Amino acid sequence: METYLFYILAFITVVTTVLAICEKHPVHAIVYLVTSFFALASIFYLLSAPLVAMFEIIIYAGAVMVLFMFVIMILDLGHPEQVERPGLFYWLPAVFLVEIILFSLVLMLSVHSGVSVKPPAVTVHDFAVTLFTRYGVAIEIISMQLLFAVVGALYLGRRRKI
Amino acid sequence: MIVPLTHVLILAAILFCLGLGCVLAWSSNVIMLLIGIEIMLNAAMLVFVGGSCQWGMADGQVFALMIIAMTSAEVSLALALVVYLHRRRKTVDVDAFRELRDNETKP
Repeated sequence: METYLFYILAFITVVTTVLAICEKHPVHAIVYLVTSFFALASIFYLLSAPLVAMFEIIIYAGAVMVLFMFVIMILDLGHPEQVERPGLFYWLPAVFLVEIILFSLVLMLSVHSGVSVKPPAVTVHDFAVTLFTRYGVAIEIISMQLLFAVVGALYLGRRRKI
Repeated sequence: MIVPLTHVLILAAILFCLGLGCVLAWSSNVIMLLIGIEIMLNAAMLVFVGGSCQWGMADGQVFALMIIAMTSAEVSLALALVVYLHRRRKTVDVDAFRELRDNETKP
């Protein structure tokens, strides 16, 4: 049951990501991407990571994508008739390179048959203990990084005479 | 583990390649380029979470959380840069920003 659910959600993720990439209207692309992130969050939940799934929905689909939407509205970019898709000259090399990379990756992964062990599922308690004891320094570094990002965004976004 | 780790890794590879293709193809719009970077980072998160599920260690999920925090910082800075560049040139085309010197007399 869960196995089928995984494949269905993987299919939805890939299809909505392809639609988001090929979409001309930036707002529609954002909405497709939010759908893709919801499916990916469900995959995270199936992979026994409920906390990461929640953060994915709250931060990615909730905050980051809304930030994108705000910038599109501020800059007034939501006119699909003014935007043209990149032409064949741009798509062809991209598709060619990506095909090579994807083919080699899939070939490499399919040769490697994974060992099937049955480890205990990671609970939220394990996650929290690992986060705040072993990786306590990382929390501090992340908080400094977010502070720097706020200061930098304020500096770049202030109004000045150009 | 509900599915073999190989299938999770293949899904992550497909997502990563889609993001890479988005970055390579959409050079005419900075917003779409940033969306491609988001997709690639999500694929990396999927690898971390899949590994965490495979071996029963919480470290992978911790790193997924770090990627989320890093991405939110990166996106806020990048979008501030996009707003700044749009104020200067009234465009989001990457090819319009090719001058290093601050030459205001030349268009």
